[in-house]
Amino acid sequence: MKILVTVKEVGTVEDEFDIEGTTIADRSLNVDLNEWDDYAIEEAVQLQEAGIADEVVAVTIGPEDCEQTIRQALAKGADRAIRVWDDAIADSDLLDVGAKTEILGAVVEDEAPDLVLTGVQADDDSFGATGVSVADAVGYEWAAVVNHLEREFDDAVSLRRELEGGVEELTTVELPAVLTIQTGINEPRYASLRGIRQAQRKELAVADLAELGIDEDTVEPTLELTEMYEPESESDVTVWEGGADDTASELAALLREKGVAQ
Amino acid sequence: MTDVLVVAEHRRGEVRDASYEVITAGRELAAETGGELHVAVISGTVDGFAEKCNRDGVDAVHTVDHGEEFNHGVYSQTVTKLFDELAPQYVLVPNSVNGLDYAPAVANRLGLPIVTDTIDLESDGDALTATREMYGGKVETTVALEGEAVVTIRGAEWPAAEGTGDATVESFDPEIDESALGSNVTGFEEVAGGDVDISDAEVLVSVGRGIDEEENLEIIRDLADALGATVSSSRPIVDNGWLPKNRQVGQSGKVVTPDVYIAIGISGAVQHVAGMKGSDTIVAINTDPNAPIMDIADYAIHDDLFDVVPALTAEFQ
Ligand SMILES: Cc1cc2nc3c(=O)[nH]c(=O)nc-3n(C[C@H](O)[C@H](O)[C@H](O)COP(=O)(O)OP(=O)(O)OC[C@H]3O[C@@H](n4cnc5c(N)ncnc54)[C@H](O)[C@@H]3O)c2cc1C
Repeated sequence: MKILVTVKEVGTVEDEFDIEGTTIADRSLNVDLNEWDDYAIEEAVQLQEAGIADEVVAVTIGPEDCEQTIRQALAKGADRAIRVWDDAIADSDLLDVGAKTEILGAVVEDEAPDLVLTGVQADDDSFGATGVSVADAVGYEWAAVVNHLEREFDDAVSLRRELEGGVEELTTVELPAVLTIQTGINEPRYASLRGIRQAQRKELAVADLAELGIDEDTVEPTLELTEMYEPESESDVTVWEGGADDTASELAALLREKGVAQ
Repeated sequence: MTDVLVVAEHRRGEVRDASYEVITAGRELAAETGGELHVAVISGTVDGFAEKCNRDGVDAVHTVDHGEEFNHGVYSQTVTKLFDELAPQYVLVPNSVNGLDYAPAVANRLGLPIVTDTIDLESDGDALTATREMYGGKVETTVALEGEAVVTIRGAEWPAAEGTGDATVESFDPEIDESALGSNVTGFEEVAGGDVDISDAEVLVSVGRGIDEEENLEIIRDLADALGATVSSSRPIVDNGWLPKNRQVGQSGKVVTPDVYIAIGISGAVQHVAGMKGSDTIVAINTDPNAPIMDIADYAIHDDLFDVVPALTAEFQ
């Protein structure tokens, strides 16, 4: 069985940050592997270690800068990676779900995996919709927010979907399928030094839109990011100032007033 | 005219509250241009659900009597066909786990843009402006689009629709392609049981990823002991296996309403806040003054939890 894992380098915002137009200033941004994708990679690698998958391929949409992050997937055990980038993508502030669907859908069609694992959402833009959209576009089955996968694959796979309020749904899904993976499904490994060294030698192919047979117009976003600002605080929070001893005793006084620990 | 189609959500025989909130969002959008508000109830005891969804301002309820529980194949086929039939401008769906399990497929099939997890909407009948958050709630953004769209609505941002409407209730009977239904729900399970029920606690000392290491939980336990409080947590602590699932506060954990909720090293992601915003008094201890938890906290300390928590424990020993 072949597994394709979609991974994304996400921006993480510093405690103090500046907004420039409709983006966060570069100096206030760090980058990281999307948390949910880390669990998706781990699940794929575990299926490979269990002898269920023979190949794990990671795919990302991103500029050359993000190769460091993508190599984390290789260092953790993916066999090879594909990075898709194009000037037409670089021009847009916000790659919407439709554009991502075109791109990732083309890669799924090329690679024809039995299983595609994506994160439930990306930590930065949090659309949470790409996996299901890609599944529908390529005619695969799907399941969103999967937090347990049985290690038995036939024509179908049994899994659990995590609903709200501590309720899980038990579902079977026919293959091929796209599953969006929820945190907590496994314990993602750290990349070992050996893994990191090996990752340097693994294939990281780069493709542009033309190579995927995608017309530039089809990835033109239909959503336009028009504003970005810090949310207005709704509460009138009382902030205690001073050293830890001072603030702790303010809080202690409040707790005593509320009848706590008496 | 901005006609709106809202798709209601139900589980195990109950209409979920999110449905009524989406009806309100739909009513506001439709009202802006004098459009109609349609509601779809799909699967389950649809007539009963239709009665519940017939709230003030709803023009028509369409019932699709097919299967008991949610099946994303049935939902995506049905909503696509209803869209073709009614030609609404917007399809509104709760931004729930199940909403996200079919709305993207509907958008894809119809070739429409999708905007998820919206917290505000405005439309002039053609251009839609949606407000949503990015970067874990640290910034708000507006996105604009023209024409029709599928939109998912964040919970608790719009009030639940009330009152009884005078909607027409019509059964809609699309031909479902059974061969295209490749997923099958076989059951449900409650998973957050166990010895402690954090939803009963009067005081919760709740810990998040700021605690860094499992060993450090000791200082949280010490504080809880000193206060006679119960320990709860955000999701990453449970994901790491440091505390059992029954301690998790939030959308996929427990909803808690203690007198005092002390959020320690918790950023206040929307899925966490969904579980604790009903607390009487919320105290946040967090190094980041811009953490979203500050928006709902009553009291805050912008400082290192490793300094503040032991000092606080000492106050009670
Ligand atoms: C479908 C779905 C369901 C989910 N359900 C839930 C749920 O039920 N419950 C839940 O909690 N989450 C849930 N989540 C996850 C949620 O999106 C967040 O990832 C999670 O709540 C973040 O937890 P956190 O605040 O502990 O961690 P982070 O967001 O990483 O925040 C850590 C905070 O600690 C602060 N900090 C760091 N070091 C220190 C220090 N030394 N002193 C003081 N402060 C410090 C940081 O400034 C930061 O604000 C769900 C997500 C999805 C997609």
